[in-house]
Amino acid sequence: MKELSLNILDIAQNSVKARAENILIKIDETEETLTLTIADDGCGMDAETVERVMDPFYTTRTTRSVGLGIPLLKLAAEQTGGGIKIKSVCESADPVNHGTEVTAEFYKNHLDFTPLGDTVSTVAALIQGAPDIEWKFIHNMTGGSVELDTRELRGVLGEVPLDNYEVIKWIEDYLKEGYDSVS
Amino acid sequence: MKSLAELAAIREKMKDKVILREGSGEIRVVVGMATCGIAAGARPVLSAFVEGVSKEGLSEKVTVSQTGCIGVCQYEPVVEIFEAGKDKVTYVKMTPEKAAEVIEKHLKGGNVVQEYTISNAIS
Repeated sequence: MKELSLNILDIAQNSVKARAENILIKIDETEETLTLTIADDGCGMDAETVERVMDPFYTTRTTRSVGLGIPLLKLAAEQTGGGIKIKSVCESADPVNHGTEVTAEFYKNHLDFTPLGDTVSTVAALIQGAPDIEWKFIHNMTGGSVELDTRELRGVLGEVPLDNYEVIKWIEDYLKEGYDSVS
Repeated sequence: MKSLAELAAIREKMKDKVILREGSGEIRVVVGMATCGIAAGARPVLSAFVEGVSKEGLSEKVTVSQTGCIGVCQYEPVVEIFEAGKDKVTYVKMTPEKAAEVIEKHLKGGNVVQEYTISNAIS
């Protein structure tokens, strides 16, 4: 992937497919590190499946036998000296508190660090694709932070769906303004 | 500054309109957004369709949605267009520029852009 924001878009789709109702995307940056967390309350995975998603030759998909989402994120993190962790609680093991949390740590000053890229387009694409999910996006940078919570938007929008183009455009502009005020 | 008040204004504006949900339009544009699609550049293609459909005033009849891997990863970004009573059209190796052309010629004009279809890519 050319940008980490594309990995985020890809990995968050797994949470959508896991029938999550709430998905958190959190990016914490320091001068040296970038820590990405994608957490959901979806159906979760058992320990064996967690092991296997790290393997590029494992996928739940039937159209093709290779699943590259997690291996690509793992590679992007490891090539900077960082790594990834996956914590998951399967719905069958705990019907109330289930879900998956993927954490990836990157060392930003490493030569092979992939730039974060366009997080605004990623968040907009995710909300457009799954407008009924509650999305929370938090990006903490050394100079400030950018946040968006679809719960707040839904409170104001009422019955207007989040994938309405004007709403998506507002989300993009809101996040862009947030970034402008930080940098 | 962007404010929540603007969202309230959108809600007010939408009040009298029938709110379309995914799949309710006559034409469905489906963008492949699995790992293969995203890596090949599907995100800007999706943005181009979402924005273009709205700007061209096609929102009433066209819905744009996302799907997983369609199974022809070497041709990504792939966009499928479904229209009742017509054969599915599969566009391959899409770009935002090609998307603009498909919106103009196919979605507005009703003419398939043969040049970008999968059948053209294979033959």
